[in-house]
Amino acid sequence: MTQLALVIDLNVCVGCHACVTNCKQWNTSGAAGALVDCNPYEAEPNGTFFNRVQTFEVGSFPNTETVHFPKSCLHCEDPACVPVCPTGASYKRKEDGIVLVDYDKCIGCKYCSWACPYGVREFDEQRKVMTKCTLCVDRIYDESLPEERRKPSCVLACPPGARLFGDVHDPDSEVSVAIRERGGYQLMPEAGTNPANHYLPRRKTVIPVRAEELYRSDNPHKIDGAPFDKNLPPTTEELN
Amino acid sequence: MRPAFSVLFLTTLIGAGQGLFITLFFCELLAGATLGSGFFVGGAVLVLVFSSLGGISSVFHLGHPERAWRAMTMWRTSWLAREGIALPAFMAAVFAYGLAHWLNLGHTLAIGTVGVVLAIVLFVCTGMIYGAIKVLKEWAHPLTIVNFIVLGCASGTTLAAAYASFTGPVLAGSLAQAALSLTVLGVLTRAASLWRNATLRPVSTLQTAIGIRHPRIVQKSQGAMGGSYNTREFFHGKSPAFVRGVLLTMLLGAFVLPLLLVLSLPLLAFIVQYLGLLAERWYFFAEAQHPQNLYYQTVG
Ligand code: SF4
Ligand code: SF4
Ligand code: SF4
Repeated sequence: MTQLALVIDLNVCVGCHACVTNCKQWNTSGAAGALVDCNPYEAEPNGTFFNRVQTFEVGSFPNTETVHFPKSCLHCEDPACVPVCPTGASYKRKEDGIVLVDYDKCIGCKYCSWACPYGVREFDEQRKVMTKCTLCVDRIYDESLPEERRKPSCVLACPPGARLFGDVHDPDSEVSVAIRERGGYQLMPEAGTNPANHYLPRRKTVIPVRAEELYRSDNPHKIDGAPFDKNLPPTTEELN
Repeated sequence: MRPAFSVLFLTTLIGAGQGLFITLFFCELLAGATLGSGFFVGGAVLVLVFSSLGGISSVFHLGHPERAWRAMTMWRTSWLAREGIALPAFMAAVFAYGLAHWLNLGHTLAIGTVGVVLAIVLFVCTGMIYGAIKVLKEWAHPLTIVNFIVLGCASGTTLAAAYASFTGPVLAGSLAQAALSLTVLGVLTRAASLWRNATLRPVSTLQTAIGIRHPRIVQKSQGAMGGSYNTREFFHGKSPAFVRGVLLTMLLGAFVLPLLLVLSLPLLAFIVQYLGLLAERWYFFAEAQHPQNLYYQTVG
């Protein structure tokens, strides 16, 4: 069984919002119609977005870290939003695990958005239906695109490559390897939704360097009475 | 959660209707001989008026009311779909009950039994719409359903007492007594849920929300300056003083004043209690703390 998902590397995300704007651009130009913008040039602009980047500060000054945190629908394996929908407009696709809303069936009761723990569904105030991330289902299978472009818009837009896309049920996929080897985790595991999207934690990169690795003990300049070259760095023995 | 007004009207109106129907049925069961069929026909009409008003107000909650019929299709999984079926079924049973009394068709107790079962099914469906949302811990508890049943029955019995004071005076006294007891019961069950919600510890924290295990995390930006659906739908947006005012209105209007009034002025008691129950439903929404609010603490 396939479960497509995003894996977002918090160690790499720089908080540039490129995924937010490209998501909006792709989805507002799509066949399903524009995503509404209310007061776009006024004091209180707001509108429908499928993806947001938030910023958190972890720790106390001076030991703080800024964490940029992109948030979109997690395409849960046990989605809380699907069984509550009275019309069947919200559904999870069997073939690839994407959770979608059928805009032609949705009655706009908002019940699904109450059931989702993560606040990733947005009611479109113009179309009067519930919307959310589609995992760019209208891109990833589009055979008119070159194969390397058949990826979600947000993934393609991300300048540092913090967003990975793939099948989390295939143990050899890029996303599964990243989850396994870089400590991928799910949001709010206590909600029991088993999100397909995972996040990769911040990492401290520490490279242990020992002196004997920098200064070879068999350095040809130091053996056999070779003349001392004062431009060479000192050896381990000299350092001690 | 932000209280949805159409839902406040829906649940209070159909609750009163269901409670009234259950009371009518027991009136017929225990004292049917002393009352004319006119009492039951009028009662059934009243139930239908309340439940249709509730149904109409629920339509205002929908973005696409013209597709409302679709809301019945997913009854296997969705309590909202089940309510969508139970409400018309209940109204059909009430209509049949009134018709049977009006035309003297007989079998009224049998039809009434079906109606009472459907009234209870409808209470359970309405309660479970809220009780089934696991992430809202304030709602996901059997007390939610108990309160919908007890408060609906209290309101319906008070309405029955008011109705009987005009049409069936022999029963008015005992109905007012019943309304009194049900309202007292409502005080107990609602107080239990108020206490539970006040002492509830949230399961989700900012730590689990973003998956970072550090005791001190503060949000610096929620990603949008002008607000979004997330900031509109999941918080009532009122001051703590306003919320306390609603709580006080609920305690006085739904419980204290009706208890004082129901024996002497049942119609006034019903009106006051109805307004109090609107405040109760408002507070019910405001009480529920959605975990998604963890992501929306700081604008930027
Ligand atoms: S993140 Fe929310 S909307 Fe998306 S699948 Fe999970 S429960 Fe549904
Ligand atoms: S808003 Fe639409 S998708 Fe959500 S539960 Fe209601 S009908 Fe289903
Ligand atoms: S997968 Fe597509 S719809 Fe989902 S957040 Fe990315 S760009 Fe937006």
